[in-house]
Amino acid sequence: MATVSEQTVSERLDRLYGNPPGFAGWLSAVNHRQVGARLIVTAFIFFLLGGIESVLMRTQLAQANLDVLSPEAYNQFFTMHGTTMMFLFAVPMVEGLGAYLVPLMLGARDMPYPRLNAFGYWCFLFGGIFLYSSFLFGMAPDGGWFAYVPLTGPVHSPGLNMDFWLLGISFVEISAIIAAIEIIVAVIKTRAPGMSANRIPLFVWGELVTALMIVVAFPALLAGSVFLELDRKIGTHFYNALEGGSSLLWQHLFWIFGHPEVYIIFLPAAGIVSMIIPTFAQRPVVGYTLVALSTVAIGFMSFGVWVHHMYAMGIPFLSLAFFASASIMIAIPSGVQIFAWIATIWTGRSVFKTPFLWILGFFVIFVLGGLTGVMVAVVPFDLQVHDTYFIVAHFHYVLIGGMVFPMFGGFYYWFPKLTGKLLGEGLGKLNFWTFFVGFNLTFFPMHITGLLGMPRRVYTYQRGLGWEVLNLLSTVGSYILALSVAIFLWNVFASLRSGTPAGPNPWNAGTLEWATDSPPKNYNFLEIPTVSGRYPLWEEQDIYSGEDIDARANAYLVQPHHLHRATQGTTPLYAETDGIIRLPQPSMLPLLLGFGIAVVFGSILVNLIVPAVLGAIWSLVIITIWLWPHEGDFVE
Amino acid sequence: MSRRDTRGNRNVPSPRHSTSRPFLRAAGLIAVLALLAGCENSPSSLTPKGPGAASVTPLWWFMLITATLVAVIVFSLLGMALLRSRQEQPAERPMKMDSQRFILLCGAVVPAVILVTLIFLMLGVMADLDNPPEEPNTVIEVTGWMWWWEVRYPGTDAVTANEIHIPAGEPVELRVTAADVIHGFWVPELHPQINMTPGIIDTIWIQADEPGIYRGQCTEFCGLQHTFMALLVIAQEPDEFDAWLAAQAEPAPEPSDPVLQRGQQAFLDNQCLFCHAIRGTSAVGEVGPDLTHVMSRETLGAATLDNSVGNLAAWTANPHEFKPGVKMPAVNFESEEFAALIAYLATLE
Repeated sequence: MATVSEQTVSERLDRLYGNPPGFAGWLSAVNHRQVGARLIVTAFIFFLLGGIESVLMRTQLAQANLDVLSPEAYNQFFTMHGTTMMFLFAVPMVEGLGAYLVPLMLGARDMPYPRLNAFGYWCFLFGGIFLYSSFLFGMAPDGGWFAYVPLTGPVHSPGLNMDFWLLGISFVEISAIIAAIEIIVAVIKTRAPGMSANRIPLFVWGELVTALMIVVAFPALLAGSVFLELDRKIGTHFYNALEGGSSLLWQHLFWIFGHPEVYIIFLPAAGIVSMIIPTFAQRPVVGYTLVALSTVAIGFMSFGVWVHHMYAMGIPFLSLAFFASASIMIAIPSGVQIFAWIATIWTGRSVFKTPFLWILGFFVIFVLGGLTGVMVAVVPFDLQVHDTYFIVAHFHYVLIGGMVFPMFGGFYYWFPKLTGKLLGEGLGKLNFWTFFVGFNLTFFPMHITGLLGMPRRVYTYQRGLGWEVLNLLSTVGSYILALSVAIFLWNVFASLRSGTPAGPNPWNAGTLEWATDSPPKNYNFLEIPTVSGRYPLWEEQDIYSGEDIDARANAYLVQPHHLHRATQGTTPLYAETDGIIRLPQPSMLPLLLGFGIAVVFGSILVNLIVPAVLGAIWSLVIITIWLWPHEGDFVE
Repeated sequence: MSRRDTRGNRNVPSPRHSTSRPFLRAAGLIAVLALLAGCENSPSSLTPKGPGAASVTPLWWFMLITATLVAVIVFSLLGMALLRSRQEQPAERPMKMDSQRFILLCGAVVPAVILVTLIFLMLGVMADLDNPPEEPNTVIEVTGWMWWWEVRYPGTDAVTANEIHIPAGEPVELRVTAADVIHGFWVPELHPQINMTPGIIDTIWIQADEPGIYRGQCTEFCGLQHTFMALLVIAQEPDEFDAWLAAQAEPAPEPSDPVLQRGQQAFLDNQCLFCHAIRGTSAVGEVGPDLTHVMSRETLGAATLDNSVGNLAAWTANPHEFKPGVKMPAVNFESEEFAALIAYLATLE
């Protein structure tokens, strides 16, 4: 009797939290797992595009004086490679993982602003398409992902190339800020009862700090981009030194975003590491508090180090000394995390499955990248390697080591939660080893290439300077990396077609996302789970015991006749139930608003005033409809 | 590595699971290849030829050795943790040391000691770089252009391009700026780099201990032909330098041979003079290299080509063949006029 009614409830709720049927329903989806999966897949497609660009660049550099890419094409490719990997891959990827996983880890049914979440995705998609459409017109951005003025100003970049860049990344930044707000509110307000601040999974800590950093850092670049676009379009002088502007202003605005950016990418990845290691050591993480505090400390410190990208700009001695010291000392919180992970492995029992392998690869690569990171924080040494291939080597060690390795580990780990299937272990190991070898072959020689004097961002080099062999090694390595990514795709397709069904918890993990089906039903959790520890599934207590729950709240969420989506609301620090958060139904509004803003940006690009104004009016109308109070909103 | 009875608590698993091994092997291989590669004429920051670059290399070797030790220790601890955790033991075994203390000691205290030491070493080197070993006698103004270097010797009429002659064995003051966009001035064997920013004049010093030619290259991305924006620093014995400077300050001689006169006229009648100057003639263009003594230079097109009459002719006929997108247009000359022009330019030594 009980099971029958439970099934009825389940079916009803599944429909309530699911999409309306058909293509229109697909376009109006707002469920966090749908939005999260779209972010992940779209970001991964951009990862492939950025990867193709890099392989073409490496081909051009395989030997001296090659003519595979023209200078114009090469400059466009390295600009778009950096822009893609930072703005269209890394940030949306960590936010997509967050959108998908955070509510599951928190035991929530959805994120607090589902429509906003969907709007963020459409902004990201339109912004990315906007940026890439520049290739169709032969006007891809070519001023570097850092877009230094005056090179990118109206005088030296008169074409539309940099307008595509400025408008495109502004569009994408809107999306990043939206997703960040979403994650912050979700973590603060929708945790399962009992999940006090000291029980939040470390991945969620990483996502929370990252989201807070995005909210602070991205507006600096947004403002900087608007200034530059104004300089370019209507002749303001923000960056024009001749009229009292300053080209250094751009660099400060860019890097006060740009350095936190690398930690924005890294912290959620470190969170992935903190989730996978305990599962594959089969014990709770050691030094939870230290790891969480390090995460927060990195978040703060990362805002005090941006000038280390500008050592060569003739900065005064005292400023240099300050920023160098801060940049050197930021190694300490990372060090704490590294040793907490080692201690966890030390006291656990390792299970050598593919996700764990990627994390071990992360260890090796990231530690090496961190060590060269300390080196380049040291001013005099940096001035001997700044803008050389040494720097290229360093930041690929920290970014690929620090973000891409954990990401692949995370893919292998959470793939069952997305699809219900396990990825193949054999192919997974092949994927890992080819990636590990290819990575080191590509990037390790670059340290030496840089020390031997080869600058970055050159489309070719002359014979006889001692750079040929090293460049050839890097190119061969990049082909192995490409092969490895192909193996991954193959693994994904094979698994989707005929993968082993995973069951709810294939790794015997301890956190809440493994308490529900793989993939979860549309409503995630039938009842509100309660937690009494950091690893609820490893605790003795039943998470559905109903303890700590406001009975009325639970009753509301499981009653089969309620007509609105909702999730629990809990207090920020101790996660005590304090209400129900009503959630909106699927809606086309996010897509329509994204479309309106795309019209505005596209019109600004080509100086069309009337369509820009129409697009703005359209957007305002949509926002008005969006915010219009509905009957029933206040009835509870 | 000791292998004991599998029943004991110390059965060491097969070493193929050690992650760092393939990496170390690859690193070793690459290091050997790099040494081979380094035998060539690289403009390497690791083979300093002046006190500026030389003050950085000890710091580099210190950091490299320390970093290697740290990496070895961290990877060993990770390896040991992995070996230990493969044993058939209960899941939860405490560390001998309190785990919090282990984390803070290895992750914070030891790094802090190393890093603070490093900060003090760094400040020492920064102070060294701030002040030249002695007061420089020579001041040189270097201006970055898209995509070449203008070099002036204040107090004289000498103007040259893409190579900086300096007296060896003494520091020289460089006042660097840029005419259009930000460029990066870097001669790895002599001195750490400085950016050249339009509207800002930054001062650094460089010194080459011995006479020689030292290659440098623009490091700050400056547009289409950032790639072919190299320069040479040519250090000479002080008396040779003085003689060179005196010669460079002279205007170009008036040609007497009619062919050369025709070549000069070709230069002045075509668009050459809008950008280039030849001192002693009416060509006073300022946005391209001064050509008064062009044939005394080692290279053409900011170290794109070796300088020779043949290369000069090829470059002048179509510079875009060698440096696509360079600001200099290809000019259509009649063949006779072109030959005279090249013959004239070839006399500008």
